[in-house]
Amino acid sequence: MLRNHFAAAWVIARRDFCAVIFSKTFIFFLIGPLFPVFIGAMAGAIGAQVSRDIDNPVIGVAMPAQQGDSLVAARNGLAPKMSGFVPEYTVLARLAPGEKFDARTVLASKGVKGAPQLAAVITGSLEKPVLTATSERVDQWRGQVALIAAEAGFAAPRTYPAVAEDKIATTAAKQHVDLAVTAQAGQVLLFLLTMLLAGMVLSNLVEEKANKIIEVLAASIPMDALFLGKLFAMLAVSLVGIAVWGSVYGVLIVMGMKSVPFLAAPAVGWPLFCVLGFLYFAMAYLLLGSLFLSIGGMATTVREVQTLSMPVTMMQLMVFFFASYALARPGTWIETVSQVFPVSSPFAMLAQAAQSPVLWPHLVALVYQAVWVGVIIRVGTQLFRRTVMKSGPARGRRGWFRRPAGATAR
Amino acid sequence: MKIEPYASFTGTPVPDNVPSAELAPELAIEARGLVKRFDGFIAVDGVDISVPRGAIYGILGPNGAGKTTTLRMLLGIIDPDAGYRRVLGTERPTEVARRIGYLPEERGLYPAMKATEAIAFLAALRGVPLKEGRRRGRELLEEHGLGYAADRQIRQLSKGMAQQVQLLGTLVHEPDLVVFDEPFSGLDALNQGKLERMIRSLAERGTTVIFSTHVIAHAERLCDQIAIIAGGKVPFAGPVDAARDRLRPQVRLETRAQYGVWRAALPADARQEGRFWFFTLPESGVEPLLRALIEGDAGILSLSIERPGLHDAFVSIAGEAAARALEESAQESAEKVSEKKGRR
Repeated sequence: MLRNHFAAAWVIARRDFCAVIFSKTFIFFLIGPLFPVFIGAMAGAIGAQVSRDIDNPVIGVAMPAQQGDSLVAARNGLAPKMSGFVPEYTVLARLAPGEKFDARTVLASKGVKGAPQLAAVITGSLEKPVLTATSERVDQWRGQVALIAAEAGFAAPRTYPAVAEDKIATTAAKQHVDLAVTAQAGQVLLFLLTMLLAGMVLSNLVEEKANKIIEVLAASIPMDALFLGKLFAMLAVSLVGIAVWGSVYGVLIVMGMKSVPFLAAPAVGWPLFCVLGFLYFAMAYLLLGSLFLSIGGMATTVREVQTLSMPVTMMQLMVFFFASYALARPGTWIETVSQVFPVSSPFAMLAQAAQSPVLWPHLVALVYQAVWVGVIIRVGTQLFRRTVMKSGPARGRRGWFRRPAGATAR
Repeated sequence: MKIEPYASFTGTPVPDNVPSAELAPELAIEARGLVKRFDGFIAVDGVDISVPRGAIYGILGPNGAGKTTTLRMLLGIIDPDAGYRRVLGTERPTEVARRIGYLPEERGLYPAMKATEAIAFLAALRGVPLKEGRRRGRELLEEHGLGYAADRQIRQLSKGMAQQVQLLGTLVHEPDLVVFDEPFSGLDALNQGKLERMIRSLAERGTTVIFSTHVIAHAERLCDQIAIIAGGKVPFAGPVDAARDRLRPQVRLETRAQYGVWRAALPADARQEGRFWFFTLPESGVEPLLRALIEGDAGILSLSIERPGLHDAFVSIAGEAAARALEESAQESAEKVSEKKGRR
């Protein structure tokens, strides 16, 4: 009896083993463990880099010529020996005797040459330095400035000069950082909302294939309509999810939850940012959804879908990391690529909405992204027809965007 | 109810070399030279079919002959690698999908849907508003004795009942053309009879019905015309009578005597089973044979001349085609081998 049980188990095990080993998606199972390692390393590296890039404050120095240079030299000498972060010092002006320097005006202006993230200015003299910055920065750097000024002013410092404080409400650099944080928060939210997409959409067509209803659907409606319908259904489902969780969040705020993060108002303003956020969410969902639906459409079994879900989720993460990485590099080719690359475009453009008040690029981007949704669906349906429905020519002879083989007279 | 065809996203261009004057408007389906290959294997190899409007048309063939592939090409589910098709007056079958009903060989519905909802869903796919689809669904279920199952989920129905629900969903939008792929498989004898009556009544209302089957009796009882597919080719297409006429009538002779000179008058293919002899009616007719039997004192007890049934015609035609295909394939293989040897 037991022998029969084992024999039967062996038959099942042999079939399952062969089915998995010889499936097309087995390669993803094999390389699966590499994904978390790779993504984890990337997340750490990019996260730290982005954090550094976004919040990389510089302190400007405007002192009599030699004193300013000595201060910068002292900072460079001490920084490696000091624990904690020591901002870069840069000479803004070498003052002539009696010359005044308006630190407040400089801090309020954007784009100081050589110091784009100017967070504070040291004026006065080495004996009586004056630190102009926001309240938090003054508290953070007062001690450092005293130490560096003492090092710059005396061969063997015994006493530290008293640092006079000039607290201001904000600086251009702080505004830049705050907007970048808002942009990053927008991207994170967008990513979290689209994160669940992969599993839902990947397995979407398996139901139809398993129920054998795909034949009736294929005979009744265009395949594009089937894909589009499924995508919009999933979008609607996700919006219901957002409405539910948004309401829960709202209730928690009303009930006095203390840890509600405060973000700086985005460059386009909160109302428009929310509208754009919604539109970019829809686009991100449709772009990634159409891609995942196309990939999932190739899968014939639930097991294949499960195997595919890992690399697909990792792909989502990579798109997010890329957009985050580009966020910290405004005006570079990396930012442009992240805006142009279809699946990262919604993330990159949402970040831009937080940082720049110009609106027309969003209109262009939304149209561009919608076109890509169409293109991906088209390609996906063609692939589906060819590989799953076994349509089209036996060998690819025609273009992607033409019906594969309708009527060629013999 | 008038259902407008929807605009398809995809479309098959009309080939330049098929002038529109050649297209016969009285045909519901016209296909010429349809070819379909799957990974080098030729599933359908030059199929020609002409289905008159309002006819019941059968596609007969052994398993794996290419029947389903042909139907899928006609419906636009898959595209042919070569050849031409015209369905309900258009070269793009998906454009007239709302005028077509299709019951695939592999039946399938969403298991969680209720029977009425499933029919309404199938109707909605063909352009009928959901509310109207529900109403018609309920009506159809009542008409066919399934009213009690209207609010049951598909997963709660037996396989045969679910199949009937799908069948009703295929017809709910009152299509001009109905395509059934092996519609009788999975049905018990009672339901097979019911389906036959349903097909007849559809044809009486002017609906064109095309179905595939490997059970010849259904085709013989129902069809005006048939196409026999074997090995991806169509060795015969035309009226059922014409298929039967391809074989000569069969003679059944019963004699009292077992031996005698009269036996020399029997045709070469005559075979004996007890007192009965079976053979093909000779070209010269039955009179010379009768004369020889009487003169030879065979003692004729009975003699009947039977027209061959469609089953015999099918076996003969499909068998010949299969033998031909086998021969061609063997020849092809031999050519390949000699080609390889030549290269060496």
